[in-house]
Amino acid sequence: MSVLFGHKEHLVRMAALFGVGVVAFLVLQALLVPEGFGVYGHYRAGALEENRARPVAFAGRAACVECHSDVPEAMKGGRHEGVRCEACHGPLAGHAGDPAEKEAVRPDSKALCARCHAANVARPARFPQVEVADHAGGEACTTCHAPHNPLAPGRASQPGLAPGTAGQPGLAPGPAGHPGGVENGGTK
Amino acid sequence: MESILQGVEGYMYPNEMELQWSILIVLYPYITGLVAGAFILASLERVFRVESVKPTYRLALLTALAFLLVAPLPLQLHLGHPERSLEMYLTPHTASAMAMFGFVYLWYLMAVLVLEIWLDYRKDIVQLAQTTTGPLRHVYRLLTLGSYDVSAEALHVDDRAGYVITLIGIPSAFLLHGYVGFIFGSVKANPWWSTPLMPIVFLFSAIVSGIATVMLLYMAIARLRGMEIDMRCVDTIARYLFYAFIIDFSLEMLDLIHRIYEADESFHTLDFMVKTRLYLPHVIVQIVLGTLVPLGLLALTQVVKLTDRARRGTYAVAGLLTLVGIFAMRWNVVIGGQLFSKSFLGYTTYKMEFATREGLLPAILLMILPFVILWVLVKLLPPWTDEKPGVQPAA
Amino acid sequence: MNQDRRDFLARSGKLLLLTGAAQVAFEAILRGEPAAAPNYRTADHWWGMIIDVEKCIGCGNCVRACKEENDVPREPFFFRTWVERYHVQEGDVEPPDVDSPNGGYDGFPERYRTNDGSKSFFVPKLCNHCARSPCVQVCPVGATFESPDGVVLVDKTYCLGCRYCVQACPYGCRFIDPRTKTVDKCSLCYHRITKGLTTACCETCPTGARQLGDLKDPKDPIREFLRTHKVQVLKPQMATGSKTYYNGLDGSVR
Repeated sequence: MSVLFGHKEHLVRMAALFGVGVVAFLVLQALLVPEGFGVYGHYRAGALEENRARPVAFAGRAACVECHSDVPEAMKGGRHEGVRCEACHGPLAGHAGDPAEKEAVRPDSKALCARCHAANVARPARFPQVEVADHAGGEACTTCHAPHNPLAPGRASQPGLAPGTAGQPGLAPGPAGHPGGVENGGTK
Repeated sequence: MESILQGVEGYMYPNEMELQWSILIVLYPYITGLVAGAFILASLERVFRVESVKPTYRLALLTALAFLLVAPLPLQLHLGHPERSLEMYLTPHTASAMAMFGFVYLWYLMAVLVLEIWLDYRKDIVQLAQTTTGPLRHVYRLLTLGSYDVSAEALHVDDRAGYVITLIGIPSAFLLHGYVGFIFGSVKANPWWSTPLMPIVFLFSAIVSGIATVMLLYMAIARLRGMEIDMRCVDTIARYLFYAFIIDFSLEMLDLIHRIYEADESFHTLDFMVKTRLYLPHVIVQIVLGTLVPLGLLALTQVVKLTDRARRGTYAVAGLLTLVGIFAMRWNVVIGGQLFSKSFLGYTTYKMEFATREGLLPAILLMILPFVILWVLVKLLPPWTDEKPGVQPAA
Repeated sequence: MNQDRRDFLARSGKLLLLTGAAQVAFEAILRGEPAAAPNYRTADHWWGMIIDVEKCIGCGNCVRACKEENDVPREPFFFRTWVERYHVQEGDVEPPDVDSPNGGYDGFPERYRTNDGSKSFFVPKLCNHCARSPCVQVCPVGATFESPDGVVLVDKTYCLGCRYCVQACPYGCRFIDPRTKTVDKCSLCYHRITKGLTTACCETCPTGARQLGDLKDPKDPIREFLRTHKVQVLKPQMATGSKTYYNGLDGSVR
């Protein structure tokens, strides 16, 4: 070799070592880069599939209505018409898949309703909200309000609670004459 | 973990409350900075023919290598999945500064530093391969790559090649540490980091820290071995340290003045942070102790004629303070950049632990490790073949 | 047979049939198999989200639903979506007071009084699924990416956990999952939207403040909404190409 390269031979040896290193790296790269990398972009194509393959926890309204078709009827025209089932009833994909095995539990109205309707300054003013303690006086909300259609006519037999009655204590202020600023049976 | 909530003042986005990058990520730019700085010092002699710093040439190269070998370790400890780190080389995302840095690092290590050290030491390696006894002999034989040609022509080839490598090496060193600055400077989401000045500030503070390290190591090793310290060499190094420091300080002041003057939306929150949570590390440690005092000491040695002993002492103090100051600078960039909320409405605190994977203890050990490696390298490839470190063996 | 009984029989018959079919389809959806929706083509969709600040009541349904649906750690440091409450003083001179107790997971305890000249409102936050995403740009290995249908996703088996993307996101929507030590963030419920469902947060939002939108679907209401409302994105100066559009976004929102 010294005949060929003379006094540069050691440089050539070093260069050869580098060359071997580069080749080894390229081989390693070819072997180890995961399958499907770069198909759609600089990522593993399998990641798309993996992100899609997760179990769902919320069934979606359409699934609930499959069996509980009476509820949309009851909600029609009511203030809760646009509220989907699991907003109140929680994740029910398990129940929808196997109603007998996985029972749905009815939520407790005192805790549930206040989550949205307890008076809070940061809530939009026109949104129906009440000082819960004053308004309900310790009673469960469902005593007077049917959850699926909270302001349905004749919703309670107690006097003074029929729609259009002004002056109900504890209701948030709204347009004059309407408790809580809400129209009877009106849609949003 | 719950203590994090107590450390939050004002509003932080919920995911921001815990810091992402710990002291290990402070350590990483510090270490690569020392590498770049040490190499620049070595190149002063090799390329710019500043002959007076020749005694530190080999030491600077070995220092650079020792620190460069340790540099990836804090990163590995920090990663959630260090076993996947090879992915950065297998499928590097070319748009990502961090990915491309992997190649800059590899290039610098293999094509610059290792080559240059090998070329400069080759004569010694061949000699040692022929004279050493015991198992170490095989190490030297391996390092010769099978070539024992140390004729004058071959050595001349080495010298020329080494010159070219260093020539390439200087911009490579600039790239190495400028890149780390770019990794931070290119993050538009973080106004403390996002500035075009970041790579340059990082680079010059790297040069400062590298030069200071080699200067201190040279004086320390010479003292330990009972050798004479070449004052002409040390004076020259100190002078270059002084110049580099002035540039570094000017750049940092430029950044600061610019921010204060423009006072954009982030200014209020950053200003508050520097005046409160970052006051000690930034104002006291980095600026006063770490920059103004060493600058003052170095300026003193330039204008007042001090004895050799006084100068050595001054350089030692200045050098140590410099290293502390540059570490504080990295701390202030990395940790400081995470102490304030991107909403500009709040601050959090960094809870550094001690004996965890990203705690203070591994950081301390990682800072000690390069010196251990350097000790091994100095034994393996002695920078000075006789007892006078001031005399370099004829190349 | 009178009409009622006929109707009843017809309806129950349909119900039985549908239930059977739905059961099968539903099982597949529950298991999460993409094959259950083989007709989904990424090229047909370009996903975005509308947040109507004027409708948000801060109930926290979305935060809870997301954590449930996507198995997000329950500690208060990890959120794929969260709700912020803004309180802007009268005169709007000082920076706003913002809070997000546990991300809004338990709702918002009342804190402010009425009639003091201030204004308060809620702002839900989530991954903006940017079209020019800075987090995708900085990932060193390609573990986070934008899918062909416009959703920014994470490849959990590939992520190193370097946290660079968390630093690069201007909106603070990414976090490191302490269990997998990889990054995690809102995936726009990709496993749901590719099967014709909506995201968990939109599903449980009682006021319609959050609505998923498909910008490529001519029938999607998002197009009309964007045309008729004054919408903004967060931090427009960052030019991230955010696809989360806010209606009624106040200037004080960060």
